[in-house]
Amino acid sequence: MSNLLIKTENMGIQFGGLKAVQNVNMYLNKGELIGLIGPNGAGKTTTFNMLTGVYQPTEGAITFDGKKLNGLKPYQVSKLGISRTFQNIRLFKDLSVLDNVKVANHNLAKHSLLSSILRLPSHFSGEAKMEKESIDFLKIFGLDVYKDELAKNLPYGMQRRLEIARALAANPQLLLLDEPAAGMNPQETRDLMELIAFIRKEFNLTILLIEHDMHLVMGICERIYVLDHGQLIADGTPEEIRNNPKVIEAYLGEEVID
Amino acid sequence: MKKSKAFWGFLVLALVIYAVVQGMISGGMLDLYYQNILIQMCINIMLAVSLHIVIGITGQFSIGHAGFMAVGAYISAIATMKLGLPLIVAIILGAVISALAGLLVGIPTLRLKGDYLAIATLGFAEIIRIMFLNVEYVGGAAGMVVTNLTTWTYAFVGVVITILVIANFTNSRHGRGCISIREDEIAADAMGINTTYYKVVAFTIGSFFAGVAGAIYAHNFFIIQPTTFNFLKSFDILIYVVLGGLGSLSGSVIAAIFLTLVSAYLANFPETRMIIYSVVLIIVMLYRPTGLMGTKEITSLFKFGKKGGSKV
Repeated sequence: MSNLLIKTENMGIQFGGLKAVQNVNMYLNKGELIGLIGPNGAGKTTTFNMLTGVYQPTEGAITFDGKKLNGLKPYQVSKLGISRTFQNIRLFKDLSVLDNVKVANHNLAKHSLLSSILRLPSHFSGEAKMEKESIDFLKIFGLDVYKDELAKNLPYGMQRRLEIARALAANPQLLLLDEPAAGMNPQETRDLMELIAFIRKEFNLTILLIEHDMHLVMGICERIYVLDHGQLIADGTPEEIRNNPKVIEAYLGEEVID
Repeated sequence: MKKSKAFWGFLVLALVIYAVVQGMISGGMLDLYYQNILIQMCINIMLAVSLHIVIGITGQFSIGHAGFMAVGAYISAIATMKLGLPLIVAIILGAVISALAGLLVGIPTLRLKGDYLAIATLGFAEIIRIMFLNVEYVGGAAGMVVTNLTTWTYAFVGVVITILVIANFTNSRHGRGCISIREDEIAADAMGINTTYYKVVAFTIGSFFAGVAGAIYAHNFFIIQPTTFNFLKSFDILIYVVLGGLGSLSGSVIAAIFLTLVSAYLANFPETRMIIYSVVLIIVMLYRPTGLMGTKEITSLFKFGKKGGSKV
């Protein structure tokens, strides 16, 4: 299956005596846009953390693009091509908007430590390349006008956008978005949906999305995985998920037939 | 380019300051006492700036900086006094060995965070000091006699190189990597920054220049003793960085100058010296809780761009 990008086999993690996530079998094909939903505390963010190396799964395996991810550090995972945003925005608050993106662009230019300290030509060409690329990313997100502003001074919606821009600058094949629409109003959410669709096409991305906004998830995802109490309880197209009794039960409680 | 303009601005400024001070020394306007304060000031600036890269830039709270200064001081003193090497070679040797010590200490300790890192670095600095205390070859507790070889030129060139290297490092992809660790380590890691590598790099560069400062210090006072490099010295350096504003290079330079002057002036009142010194610190921290400069650089005050250290 050359089309397969990432696959997890019986992935799980245990914190002390608590099995936070177990037996997760997921796969994403190249170019797909997949949703990951579930009630609060279901283990969605924990799953993200395992995929990006923040947590090491205590059981099971993750294969990305033919390589095993188990045991890799987050920066190594990032270099392989998985980038993410965070549920509670984690920008570099005291850095300018431009520098935030430049940090993620870190591995784009290769000039060495010594060339930077001695200000050799490779430093200037490398930095110029990073600057240009970073501004290009900011333009896509309409953030180039704020480039010298400190990240913490941006309005909330813009901070969310900047986080996606930063994640993209790390040059991923797979983008993990952790509740990108959290706290946004309907108009902002609609804009965000368009933006996600746009970057997916533009950068040829595969996207895995955690979201509580069902309208957004059902609207743009091709397939959806549903987690509850650390286990996958369903997967399928939005239509299938909508009518899946287990999912309805997880979200609304058991059906009472009267 | 904007940054190379700042670079040339800094160099020209450094030359002007050097020429003025050198002129004053040759003209006999600055006697040995003032020359000594100037050299002391240069040493403190180097120490402050070299700790700034660890605490201010990378956000790793190290309070064992005097240990690396001690390594630089003793190694360079051995090089000149025992091996008969010229001062410049001794300084480089002291700095390199100090950087190696930084590397050795940094690799295990930089896995720790916050308070734990502070305690660990403090411990290592004490180990280094006590090692010198117990080695007869370097004089043990009585100290080691060192010829006075340091001149104002050595000290000033040391400062210029220290500031240039650390400013260049900061304004590059490597420096941004370090700053991102300070801002949010988890996010930095997720964006492909090898956090352990950059912490160790910053720590090693910091130790290198602490070694330079130590070497220049050693050849300035006729004698070096292990007690000079105790944890109080580490705190002195820490104070420069915090008072100047965590993350501001020019801030730590200004704070080092300011506190050297305060300290030199207060030498006239030995009984109350530490009290007044502490009061000064408390007042500054009350009215400028983020330090003299906050995270800003002096460059942002003048748009035409001069680098920090313009008040050397």
